[in-house]
Amino acid sequence: MANSPIARPKEKIQLLELRREIPRQYYVGAGIGFIAVFVAAWFLLTSFGFVSKIFLPSPAAVWGELMKQIQSGVLWQDAGASLYRIMVGWLLSTLFAVPIGILMGNFHFFEGLFEPFIDLVRYMPAVAFVPLTILWLGVDDSQKFAILFIGTFFQEVLLIMDNVKTVPRDLIQVSYTFGLSKWEILWNVILRAALPGVWDTFRITLGWAWTYLVVAELVAANVGLGYRIMRAQRFLETETIILGILVIGVLGLITDYLFKLSYKKLFPWVIQAR
Amino acid sequence: MTTPKLQVQNVWKRFPVEKGEALVAVQDLSMTVQPNEFVSLVGPSGCGKSTMLMMAAGLEPITEGEIKVDGGTVFGPGPDRGVVFQTYTLFPWLTVEENVRFALKKSGVEKSKQDELVRDHLRLVGLEDFARAMPNQLSGGMRQRVAIARALVYRPQMLLMDEPFGALDAQTRMLMQELLLNIWQADRTTVLFVTHDVEEAILLSDRIYVMTARPGRIKAEIVVDLPRPRAFMETEGDERFVKLRKQVLSLIHSEVKQAG
Ligand SMILES: Nc1ncnc2c1ncn2[C@@H]1O[C@H](COP(=O)(O)OP(=O)(O)OP(=O)(O)O)[C@@H](O)[C@H]1O
Ligand SMILES: [Mg+2]
Repeated sequence: MANSPIARPKEKIQLLELRREIPRQYYVGAGIGFIAVFVAAWFLLTSFGFVSKIFLPSPAAVWGELMKQIQSGVLWQDAGASLYRIMVGWLLSTLFAVPIGILMGNFHFFEGLFEPFIDLVRYMPAVAFVPLTILWLGVDDSQKFAILFIGTFFQEVLLIMDNVKTVPRDLIQVSYTFGLSKWEILWNVILRAALPGVWDTFRITLGWAWTYLVVAELVAANVGLGYRIMRAQRFLETETIILGILVIGVLGLITDYLFKLSYKKLFPWVIQAR
Repeated sequence: MTTPKLQVQNVWKRFPVEKGEALVAVQDLSMTVQPNEFVSLVGPSGCGKSTMLMMAAGLEPITEGEIKVDGGTVFGPGPDRGVVFQTYTLFPWLTVEENVRFALKKSGVEKSKQDELVRDHLRLVGLEDFARAMPNQLSGGMRQRVAIARALVYRPQMLLMDEPFGALDAQTRMLMQELLLNIWQADRTTVLFVTHDVEEAILLSDRIYVMTARPGRIKAEIVVDLPRPRAFMETEGDERFVKLRKQVLSLIHSEVKQAG
């Protein structure tokens, strides 16, 4: 009798508990399901003629446009040009945001020096700078970089400053007791501790750079995903617009995913806050 | 008479406040710790214990007065004083072993000797099997044990501890107190220990300073004349222990009541 298996009541799956993990298949399934519902609604709306295809083309029409653009090579040209602009614009922003953010987060002097100016510019819409940048830089790629920079930098620098500031004071204090100088602490402790947060800032700001792409390619471009969308609007090629939006979405999703993946690989020591 | 290990002379600490008068955290406080002595600082919450300890560590500037270590004025932190904080201060990206070794970065001790020191001190706190573990894999008690090993590894003359066991549960706390007793009884490093746990203070200390409510001053100095070596179980039962406990508690109690 001692060996008889005790019948355990089958565990009920609780999906809606505060901060409780749920089985992976439910988690992934819900996400895919939500998108599927969305696509299905799109399909139904368009295939029964509820809306004119000028306003909303069918999924098939968008698919056809995708195939067409792949074959003609337009898609690769546009994506290549846009990726290049985003990368340069974002790297430029990051190149300045990282050191300045670090200085601002560590030294009150630099915070006092830069913050009022940054706060001021931060609320100026990047779109409004388009005419100015054209006037100053002309219509080539450097103007696109400038718009991406203006859209990204002023937010990124403040986020980096915050990343640096969240390093616990006691971690810095204890390092002083080991006889480290402030520069050694800055490099070995503060920056090391802030790195995961900074990495997340990179992920978030690169996402913003994607949203500024269309603004950057608004005028005076002849290639690029944003340009393709703007041009399609003129000719009422709604399927091209939708395709462009989807491609930007997917590319953004991929970069986001790569950052998340590398985060887990790079910082396994980060305590998971549940 | 020998020079005291730590001498605090008429020290004041005022924190500037946005509007109005500065907040006086420590007021005209004087105290001494002799070499090889274990001294505790107890008092009601917010009375300035941590502030006092951080000034002794050289991590918090002194507003007025003077603090001396071995007769020399303190101007900043130094390797002669090891500090253990109330919060967990392990570097989360380093293993246990690397955390302890980090404290030797500026010691000038050669590499092979460092390995030995790190190993010895991990053994001292009973964590030699966790050398390769990451801090996020450790319990709170284990983290504080690593912090103690790290504060001792460069052989400071003096250990400054700010409620190191404050965040631990009662059982773990008891084990940690015994561990600290054993370590101290073996090498008698001078210790200044901040706590609000009266029993902990009596169990560990040679002397106890009781502070007033804020602004913190010394209200009383109590000599703990319990025989050593001490151990949790025996000492707690000693009737002198019970008497001391009552004495210290009533001193703190009257402060809390006045402040409240
Ligand atoms: N950096 C600071 N700026 C302003 N006031 C401070 C600062 N640090 C401490 N204080 C104030 O000084 C007083 C003493 O603080 P302290 O942390 O030394 O108390 P404590 O005795 O260690 O308390 P606890 O037992 O709760 O840890 C408190 O009133 C606190 O608010
Ligand atoms: Mg305190």
